Amino acid sequence: MRQQIEGSQAVAQAVAACRPQVICAYPISPQTHIVETLSRLTKAGEVPGCEFMNVESEFAAMSVAIGASAAGARAYTATASQGLLFMVEAVYNASGLGLPIVMTVANRAIGAPINIWNDHSDAMSQRDSGWLQLYAETNQEAADLHVIAYRLAEELSLPVMVCMDGFILTHAVEEVDVPERDQVDAWLPPYAPRQVLDPDDAASIGAMVGPEAFTEVRYLAHARQMQALELIPQVCDSFQQHFGREAGGLVRPYRIDEDGQRAETVVVALGSVLGTIKDVVDARREQGESIGVLGIQSFRPFPMEAVRSALDGVRRVIVVEKAFSVGIGGIVASNLRMALDHLDIELRTVVAGLGGRPITTRSLHALFDRRDSLEPLEFLDLDRELVDRELERHAAGGRTGGAAENLLKDLGSVRSTPH
Amino acid sequence: MREKPFAITLDVGSSLANHTGTWRTERPTYVHLMPPCNNACPAGENVQAWLYEAEEGNYEQAWRALTADNPFPAIMGRICYHPCQTACNRAELDEAVGINAVERFLGDEAIAQGWRFHQSETLSGKHVLVIGAGPSGLSAAYHLRRLGHEVTIRDLAPLAGGMMRFGIPSYRLPRGVLADEIRRIEDMGVTFELGQRVESLEEPLDAFDAVFLAVGAQLGKRAYVPAGEAAKIVDAVTMLHDMEGEEKPQLGRRVVVYGGGNTAIDAARTAKRLGAEEAIIVYRRTRDRMPAHDSEVREAEEEGILLKWLSTVQHADAGKLVIEKMELDESGFPQPTGETEELEADSLVLALGQETDLSLVEGLEGVEIEGGVVKVDERMMTGRAGLFAGGDMVPAERTVTVAVGHGKQAARCIDSWLRGEEFVHPERPALATYDRLTTWYYSDAPHKARPLIEPARRQGTFDEVVQGLDERSAMYEARRCMSCGNCFGCDNCFGVCPDNAVKKLGTGAYMYEFDYDFCKGCGLCVEECPSGSILMVPEEG
Amino acid sequence: MTQTHESAAHDHLKFYQVGSFAIGNRLLPLEVRSVQADPERNNAITSGHRACQGCGEALGARYAVDAAFRAAQGKLVAVNATGCLEVFSTPYPETSWRIAWLHSLFGNAPAVASGVAAAYKAMGRDDIRVLGQGGDGGTVDIGFGALSGMFERNDDVLYVCYDNEGYMNTGVQRSGATPPAARTMTTQAVGEAPGNPFGMGKDVPRIAMAHEIPYVATATVADLHDLEAKVTRAMEFRGARYIHVLVPCPLGWGSSSHDTIKVARAATQSGLFPVFEAERGDVTAVSRIRKRVPVEDYLRLQKRFAHLFTPERDEEVLAKLQARADRNIARYGLLGPDGDIEEGIAARRDELEGEGAQ
Repeated sequence: MRQQIEGSQAVAQAVAACRPQVICAYPISPQTHIVETLSRLTKAGEVPGCEFMNVESEFAAMSVAIGASAAGARAYTATASQGLLFMVEAVYNASGLGLPIVMTVANRAIGAPINIWNDHSDAMSQRDSGWLQLYAETNQEAADLHVIAYRLAEELSLPVMVCMDGFILTHAVEEVDVPERDQVDAWLPPYAPRQVLDPDDAASIGAMVGPEAFTEVRYLAHARQMQALELIPQVCDSFQQHFGREAGGLVRPYRIDEDGQRAETVVVALGSVLGTIKDVVDARREQGESIGVLGIQSFRPFPMEAVRSALDGVRRVIVVEKAFSVGIGGIVASNLRMALDHLDIELRTVVAGLGGRPITTRSLHALFDRRDSLEPLEFLDLDRELVDRELERHAAGGRTGGAAENLLKDLGSVRSTPH
Repeated sequence: MREKPFAITLDVGSSLANHTGTWRTERPTYVHLMPPCNNACPAGENVQAWLYEAEEGNYEQAWRALTADNPFPAIMGRICYHPCQTACNRAELDEAVGINAVERFLGDEAIAQGWRFHQSETLSGKHVLVIGAGPSGLSAAYHLRRLGHEVTIRDLAPLAGGMMRFGIPSYRLPRGVLADEIRRIEDMGVTFELGQRVESLEEPLDAFDAVFLAVGAQLGKRAYVPAGEAAKIVDAVTMLHDMEGEEKPQLGRRVVVYGGGNTAIDAARTAKRLGAEEAIIVYRRTRDRMPAHDSEVREAEEEGILLKWLSTVQHADAGKLVIEKMELDESGFPQPTGETEELEADSLVLALGQETDLSLVEGLEGVEIEGGVVKVDERMMTGRAGLFAGGDMVPAERTVTVAVGHGKQAARCIDSWLRGEEFVHPERPALATYDRLTTWYYSDAPHKARPLIEPARRQGTFDEVVQGLDERSAMYEARRCMSCGNCFGCDNCFGVCPDNAVKKLGTGAYMYEFDYDFCKGCGLCVEECPSGSILMVPEEG
Repeated sequence: MTQTHESAAHDHLKFYQVGSFAIGNRLLPLEVRSVQADPERNNAITSGHRACQGCGEALGARYAVDAAFRAAQGKLVAVNATGCLEVFSTPYPETSWRIAWLHSLFGNAPAVASGVAAAYKAMGRDDIRVLGQGGDGGTVDIGFGALSGMFERNDDVLYVCYDNEGYMNTGVQRSGATPPAARTMTTQAVGEAPGNPFGMGKDVPRIAMAHEIPYVATATVADLHDLEAKVTRAMEFRGARYIHVLVPCPLGWGSSSHDTIKVARAATQSGLFPVFEAERGDVTAVSRIRKRVPVEDYLRLQKRFAHLFTPERDEEVLAKLQARADRNIARYGLLGPDGDIEEGIAARRDELEGEGAQ
């Protein structure tokens, strides 16, 4: 049903339509509206056969989901940022045990300094966790991806993380065609676990594995995730046929090929920023610039082939990403570099939108205007003067207090209190 | 489950492929140790084994296990001084198991139920003469009969029983009980020739394949007591013997018994029952040095018997005795003090020990006599081939139980000798000492004493003083047994093994088996075995 | 604490030579014999596991799980924290478990168990019962938040902690359950105050009681009947239940492998480890001390306390440890209603005479 609805509400309703059996929740912004809504729906009896558990930590939330999933229940939880990090041990464990849990990550920065606003540092930190990671561009896609996520998770017996930008999507009210339970019932089969804790068919789940078999276990985990590269397009096609709209997939090219010509420049990004980028690209296409966009919907598994074929022949790729690996730079860019091995493509990384800093069309235009002179790694809208000053202070030696505090002092937004 | 993920998920119980037994340097093994009760029993009873049956209420099996060694449970249960109880490990925990009471219960139950001994299936064709129908002779006859030999038993007395009949008062051993247990031996086909004096051994040694001599020690020791002509002095053996005759001994109103053994007590208590107003025991030493059994002394005191310590009879006259006070020297011997007193006494009964009538063996070729008794070798054979001897007439402690044990031992040796073999004692296992037990597991359970009839009711009657236990109490007492050194099926080994390396094969003793494929040799089963019936032994190699 | 009464664990046993204390009793009717006396017992952990010789945890876990298995009529699943129990039972390619069993992590076993319970509730499978289990590290330390959460929500899980008073799997380090003065690899017997410092202690059974959950009990591997009775009793409740079982560790405690049960017994008989049960926050029964021993009898069996006796006796620390035992004895009335052990024995004697003979 089409409705004007907050992103979190839409996601909650989509999750509820999937008939989850155990939902565990621990509050953290900006994910809270999702579990609040699920709590209300469950308590009101609108999610039949579902247990909603308020747990004492994200670590417990993922652990409860592990137990529930192992016992054969469809399990769901949601988190963000510090919460995701707090549950990391269990995140890896869920995938290691091959449990098809679906979790929403309402993407948010990671402290210190503490920051509640959006970027992709949290989800990106879990790119090696063995989970599938699907990034939503819009609230419609966020809602739909949860339905898709259950289908994928249960077919692969692997957990799936649906990443949606905190606040930008979670708190945005827009029109969404929320998947209805009847529709979902007709498309998503009931959970048939690959392995289950069953007193009548007992097994020991979660054995200790030594050097003699650990590599094989990890290889198989990798192989299984790689199978998703084939499965995701099939499932998303099926979804499109059933629900009548596109959602998910591996990658989504936009205006890369026009008039039989492959774009000179392609901007690559994940999540909601794709909307802004597309607006800028549209404007620049109007000006005759040969520029397109490649959205990556599935970051794990990383669609190496799809990315390569989408970008083969372009001259320049600019990756706009909302996280980076301190000490090297772009994370998405590094992954792209592997996909574009031996292709003569200039790759530039632009780190943008950290800790909720808006990525404006003006800044993007300015960025793309300099497309021929970009550094390999740039930070969008970085206050160069400020950081240079701070670096000088460091270079001068002596104790200068926390860098973050100094930066803020320079910005004049806090006053230092005398010690 | 559709398919198990590789390595992460495993099939149940698959660790059975991992044989942890290879870790072991020592292995537990079930053993049978010697329980102290069995060890102490002069008759060689397997006390622990028959208590095991009794505690289940299998009284007939218990009785059969008992009588495999001793044919007189009803008698033993009354007159045995139960060294088994003195040795009982339970005494260290709370109080000894009332083994003797359970034995009596079983004996009485056998009489009441009419249980009979089984006959030997095959007969040897050998004929053994037993001389003396006392405990030793009867026991030998019984065991020889069980071994398939023809047995004739001869005794001068008109009735069988020896000292059990002519020495032990009936208030301790009712004659009906005695008769019942002797009759059971007779029923096995043993020929009794009573009232017959054996004049010489030469003829029997020719006529029989072997002879077992067990004539006891029936002569009262005569100590010299200066006495006036009118003084009435009798010896205790004769006095107690005469109790079985028509004419009861005439002892008067005041009777003094001189001596400190069980016979002295018997004599004093009998005198009291015969109507003596006062019965006084005069003994040279102190009570703690008295050879008489404590329970007998206690019962005597309850009946009003007076005890006069540190005293000797210096002179006897009509109606009175002169008593000299003694004192113990540094080494504990009584020494005269020269201080005397008079004691009124109508008669003086001497209970100063017994001697054997050795007339049969004196001068017999090969037979050696030493210290008034007959020398025998470890086979209980005298120096004369085919002549065996036992009971009070050979060097040993003189009790009925020892005599019964001699009878059994002699029977086995005679049996071996008749077959031209050497009797070899089975090797005695190590003693199940208290420190081998894990007594935690035994419930606190105080001893149930046998009831006694009131002292007032004992006056003037020869009713049995000590009563038997009822079945419930007997079973309770049997269940107090700690089964020292022998498995009794408590399941501790089966339960405490962290490796499930003990298999339980059924219910009962030794119904377990170690699974050495998995036993790591931790020794928990050994430590937690209540009865100490498992030992660790080093692995070979 | 409200009034207490004698533990009900043995009431049904008729007196016989070792009736109340040994594992089995050939004279008892089959239906009242212990689970561990049954030749057909489940053996939740079967042979071939790699626990050390004389492992108390392997023993305690089989006792507890087999009893729970019987109470659940076979419909039992277990969730296991990381630790010795997990490592020695399930190294690929072999598992010793014969029940449905799940291991996730060190610090999350209670939460995973909650999740399993929630799943069965959601699926309407109230016939399947959930057991959570772990060592003291996984329970009182790293998994403590999850445990408390499970208690507070009253999730339908019986959680059993096998307390061996340290991180044994990693090579004997101190845990929140390590007793004062004990030597571990992180509280060595060196310096001014050798061994584990006297902290404030972390009495998790009492903390569990503070949650007012339906059932809390302590037990040891020294009293099988008591342990089985408590597991069975716990299984009669729904909601969060907790049993804290003392399981000596020969490796970590420096005790002989054959002394595992003896050590546990000494812990109870000295008063250092009180054995009791509680319902909804109140103590309902205590196991009285049967043969009281000084704490020294317990300590001397273990090398981890050897520095209290050599090169010379540390009277001060021994007195402090004895005081801890005395405190337990007073707090739980371990010697009887009036602290009079004689009275307790007399009561037992009456009971036995009633059973044994008139």
